[in-house]
Amino acid sequence: MSAEIFRIGFVPLVDAALPILAHELGFAAAEGVAIELVRDVTWATVRDRLLYGHTDAAHLVAPLAIATALGRDRPAVPLTVPFVLGLNGNAITFSTALGEACGLGDALSDPVAIGAALKAVAAARRAAGRPLRLGVVHRYSSHNYMLRYWLSGVGIRPDEDVAITVTSPPFAADALAAGEVDGICVGEPWNSIAVDRGVGRIALATAQIWRRGVEKVLALRAETATARPEAVAGLIRALHAAAEHFVRPETAVESATLLARREYLDAPVDAILRAITDRIRLVPGGAPIHYPDFMFQHREAANFPWRSQAAWLYSQMVRWDALSFSEKDAATAQSVFRPDLYRAALAGSAAPLPNASSKLEGALSEPIGAGSTQGRLMLGSDRFFDGRAFDPDDIAGYLAQLP
Amino acid sequence: MRIAIIDTSTTRAAIISEGLRDAGLTDLVVIDPAGPLVAQIEACAPEVVLINLENPSRDVLEDFFAVSRALDRPIAMFVDQSDAQATMAAVDAGVSAYVVDGLARQRIKPVLDLAVRRFQAFSRLQAELAEAKSALADRQTIDRAKAILMKRRGLDEPAAYALLRGHAMKSNRRIAEVAEAIVTSEALLGDLP
Repeated sequence: MSAEIFRIGFVPLVDAALPILAHELGFAAAEGVAIELVRDVTWATVRDRLLYGHTDAAHLVAPLAIATALGRDRPAVPLTVPFVLGLNGNAITFSTALGEACGLGDALSDPVAIGAALKAVAAARRAAGRPLRLGVVHRYSSHNYMLRYWLSGVGIRPDEDVAITVTSPPFAADALAAGEVDGICVGEPWNSIAVDRGVGRIALATAQIWRRGVEKVLALRAETATARPEAVAGLIRALHAAAEHFVRPETAVESATLLARREYLDAPVDAILRAITDRIRLVPGGAPIHYPDFMFQHREAANFPWRSQAAWLYSQMVRWDALSFSEKDAATAQSVFRPDLYRAALAGSAAPLPNASSKLEGALSEPIGAGSTQGRLMLGSDRFFDGRAFDPDDIAGYLAQLP
Repeated sequence: MRIAIIDTSTTRAAIISEGLRDAGLTDLVVIDPAGPLVAQIEACAPEVVLINLENPSRDVLEDFFAVSRALDRPIAMFVDQSDAQATMAAVDAGVSAYVVDGLARQRIKPVLDLAVRRFQAFSRLQAELAEAKSALADRQTIDRAKAILMKRRGLDEPAAYALLRGHAMKSNRRIAEVAEAIVTSEALLGDLP
């Protein structure tokens, strides 16, 4: 039997690890799948290659999958997300000057405290006619939504008190160095590279804003999932096996070395290794600090595509695109995430499979056992920094109580 | 109809604008890739934007379009599902296009078709240029290898070339590869007796 080929588009980021490892370490081959990786530097190009058949699947910022299915800015194309490639792993890095102005120390501090300091600086800059500019990697990125969630939660109004602009991940450190932006919210290794270059300091990990925030997903055209169900199931199993391997501490050096290669991230091994092992260097020349679950690629069924994650992303799209909430759009957004495909692919394996397809997001402050149809499932704290929880069945109510 | 061209290759941008001009589309603005992108687009207010698919500024551009739509200047991606063939051709050629919403598609289609043909022509040109360059480089290496053999072995030029050629055939390599090996070893070992 010849292998099922999946061309997979990606942007050079540490969380593109799972398809890369599945290809390099034989997890794909074991499932009869051949992966060809296609590297691009913008999400627009990754998306277009997926939509027009240059690729079969993509490493994609989760909100962009929802935006594409909803036809934001372009004709709608139905997409399917059967697998989450990881939670969090991003950080907010300030320029050296902004870091000093906000009094950043050499430890990660509380999002509320940094927020208060930033609010004062933002007000002064706005009064001086030079509002702070913060860069995110795409309009429809978790980075944009996490940053805005935090800013508005500490009383800084995005687009009014500070400007939010777009800069692609590989250029984020350059934008910071050139003074085009005062801060960036980007995935690794680009924060660490900015710190190592001495042009910025890490202010916050996005995991401090939402402890279990959905990040990159595997996205397919819906027609691919329908036409090639067995092959897609094989791909899901291959990625799941790669994730299991990736989170074992003894594999970190090998993974970092692989990812660093020119055809993948083309970035220093050391910066990648720090991200993988949750050790973050906050200040140029400083010792890396350990921040557990900075990146979260596998445990607690992290690869399971919860429909409630899609619902939260939709709520933020309504919030920041100034849309009216629509039951129909909410349903379309949630139907992009396909827990059924995940379960079907991994039934009979050792992978824990949640009972439910949707959950309250941000409601757990302690680890708790969760219902599963297979395996034993524990879920850790998934809190938002402001303690609010999101109920996917009451998006309108949630939006009404947000600042 | 004002068309803005954004391309990381200034040569390709020139080739595209020449084609559009020949077709009577003369209201063109070629965006300076070294300058501020958004400010240039804003200043020229184009109705169509052509951009190479792999341009690193595409996310920035799309964000600008989304924001300016909020400011009541609607712009949408042209390549839609209704003309799949043209869209595929564009993406395959490496062109991406954005147009002001509501512009009649019979006016846009010729622009995109032309851009696609020009992009393809540019790729062919590039391939030919690369080929010509490598042929020239090969020629120079072979000449140097011949000179080395003539000096070291006291051969005349035809005999030196015959030696190269014979060795290449025997070892199933290109003549240029054998010549390259000779030039390299001469550089490393040439001063030895």
